[in-house]
Amino acid sequence: MKNKSIKTLKFLGLGFLEPLIHMIDGEERRKNATRFVKGSLLPLVSIFLFIFLWHQGAMALYNSEAKERIEKARIEQGEQAALDMKACIESGEVSCQPNTLPSPAKVYQAYIALWQDHLSISQKKSEFKEKVSETNAQREAQGLDPITYTGRPSFLDQIGTSLKTVAAGFLLAMLIAVPIGVVIGLSDSLRTAFNWLIQIFKPVSPVVWLLLVFMVVKTVIKDPSIDKSFIISSISVGLCAMWATLVNTSMGVSSVDKDYLNVAKVLKLNIGQNIFKIVLPASLPLIFTGLRITVSVAWMVLIAIELLAQSPGLGSFVWEEFQNGGNDSNAKIIVAMFVIGIIGFVLDRIMLSVQNLMTFNKGIA
Amino acid sequence: MEALLKKVDYQVMPHLEDKPVMLECQGLKKVYPTPKGDYVVLDDLKLTIKQSEFVSIIGHSGCGKSTLLTMIAGLNELSGGKIIVDGLEVRDAGPDRAVVFQSPSLLPWLTAQQNLMIGVNQVFPHGSKAERVEICKYYLDKVGLGNDFNKRPSELSQGMQQRVGLARAFALKPKVLLLDEPFGMLDSLTRGELQDLLLEIWQKEQITAIAITHDVDESIFLADRVIMMTSGPYAKIGDELVIPFERPRNRKDVLEHPDYYDYRSYLLNFLNH
Ligand SMILES: Nc1ncnc2c1ncn2[C@@H]1O[C@H](COP(=O)(O)OP(=O)(O)O)[C@@H](O)[C@H]1O
Ligand SMILES: [Mg+2]
Repeated sequence: MKNKSIKTLKFLGLGFLEPLIHMIDGEERRKNATRFVKGSLLPLVSIFLFIFLWHQGAMALYNSEAKERIEKARIEQGEQAALDMKACIESGEVSCQPNTLPSPAKVYQAYIALWQDHLSISQKKSEFKEKVSETNAQREAQGLDPITYTGRPSFLDQIGTSLKTVAAGFLLAMLIAVPIGVVIGLSDSLRTAFNWLIQIFKPVSPVVWLLLVFMVVKTVIKDPSIDKSFIISSISVGLCAMWATLVNTSMGVSSVDKDYLNVAKVLKLNIGQNIFKIVLPASLPLIFTGLRITVSVAWMVLIAIELLAQSPGLGSFVWEEFQNGGNDSNAKIIVAMFVIGIIGFVLDRIMLSVQNLMTFNKGIA
Repeated sequence: MEALLKKVDYQVMPHLEDKPVMLECQGLKKVYPTPKGDYVVLDDLKLTIKQSEFVSIIGHSGCGKSTLLTMIAGLNELSGGKIIVDGLEVRDAGPDRAVVFQSPSLLPWLTAQQNLMIGVNQVFPHGSKAERVEICKYYLDKVGLGNDFNKRPSELSQGMQQRVGLARAFALKPKVLLLDEPFGMLDSLTRGELQDLLLEIWQKEQITAIAITHDVDESIFLADRVIMMTSGPYAKIGDELVIPFERPRNRKDVLEHPDYYDYRSYLLNFLNH
């Protein structure tokens, strides 16, 4: 029971709780207490330190920006304007707030505001749904498309869209990179033939991929009812992110242990059996290492691509906030930053767990 | 000791006297290209082995023993000469020549039974699934792993892995069993156990076997005939020694045999010159 829960915790990436379980179990309380403190309190301390430094930094920036505004008012409009400006800033009046790095408290407020916004939008959505349900039923009976909610998406909706885009991009990357990687990995000549292509395309920036995909998709899909922005951004994400999987797969396939290949030869396995029974299983660990990198690259370029493609998602959320320059825009951008980071971390954790499942212990040999 | 200096004489091995030839190497040559020019490992090597004979090969490290064995297995191209197994010239690898290498080289993502199964499926494609499973279980049981069918290699000790390796080789029902220092990585206790095990199964299956070893005692204990290779380059068969101890053998009888130390010093003498 105890070992099982420790295993589960480790699998979930919560390994730092292990000493706590030992402690509750009454084993070597002192030693485990120290381990727990080290494993979980130290990170906690560093989080507080981070927030403190951030707060101090934000305050310093705030003050310097405020000073500059007052000074500017004095130079341009005289002493009275400077005093007015000072009073205005101190009163917390929105119109004259310095526009700079927001403090942790402001970011927290923005987070709450975004959450409230999400709640109100989802309420509106369900009200809308109720309102049109009858009409939609009629439309369906007539073979027409149902009326859908077209209001502003909430922050959570944006996250959902981003996750969908990245999932589609990842799937595409996997479906392209793994088979090609296997084929290239199997043949020395193909590897030599296509190496230059991989080496050249691998470092190409997401922006260029996006433009390239845009050119093609725009010409191929003429039907205006299809959501092109989703297709464009997920294809671009896939193309940017697939290289790690491609390279790792071909490397895994080409470096299968010679002993395993000898087994295949002695048993006279045919090419299909050889690939599916020997080569693929033997290269799974490397393939999954590649897929893990692909996921993190996909998530990283996604934000930039959404931002550029103006397709809905976290990227365009950040861009719109930056452009509309509302008084809490900066704080919302920071919220988005944390959300992006945390989701990226969680995705990587998930891939790490899958990767660990795939990595067989080679034994002593 | 002079009495031992005779060349192979099947008179001394009555049980092999009228057995047909199973394996023949004629004028075997192997050249490895190296940056400093061609390196001739084996040159004009001749070797004849009879059906159900057990031959061991000794020689200094690097003389070309593994090269010879992998060539017989069909895993290494010949630079010249011919290898004939059971009347047919060897062209590529095949399950009629099972190989056991020093490292067990089991497929780590498969269980012990699946590791045997993949070969048994190839060799007995017409048997029913149940029959094939039966074959795997039979051989795993034979090597003492009756309770470990579903363990993966990582859950087995080195010695147990090599047991699976032996079971996998025997389960193919090969014509020739090729062993390249099969117990070289094991501690001496485990090595002894596995030697006994190998002889026990071999006795039952009557398969022609070639075992490379660098352990003189092992070579005597296992074989009907010990083949001594000269040091490379241009290595060939330097000498042969028939070990006429009766079978089935047990270690104690072999060690206590009055001729044992003569054979042993003959082999050591060859290696030291
Ligand atoms: N693939 C290879 N390319 C070049 N030289 C090789 C290769 N394999 C083995 N050799 C050389 O051939 C000689 C014989 O090797 P090997 O058959 O492994 O010897 P042994 O098994 O008797 O120790 C050694 O000198 C080794 O360095
Ligand atoms: Mg060797």
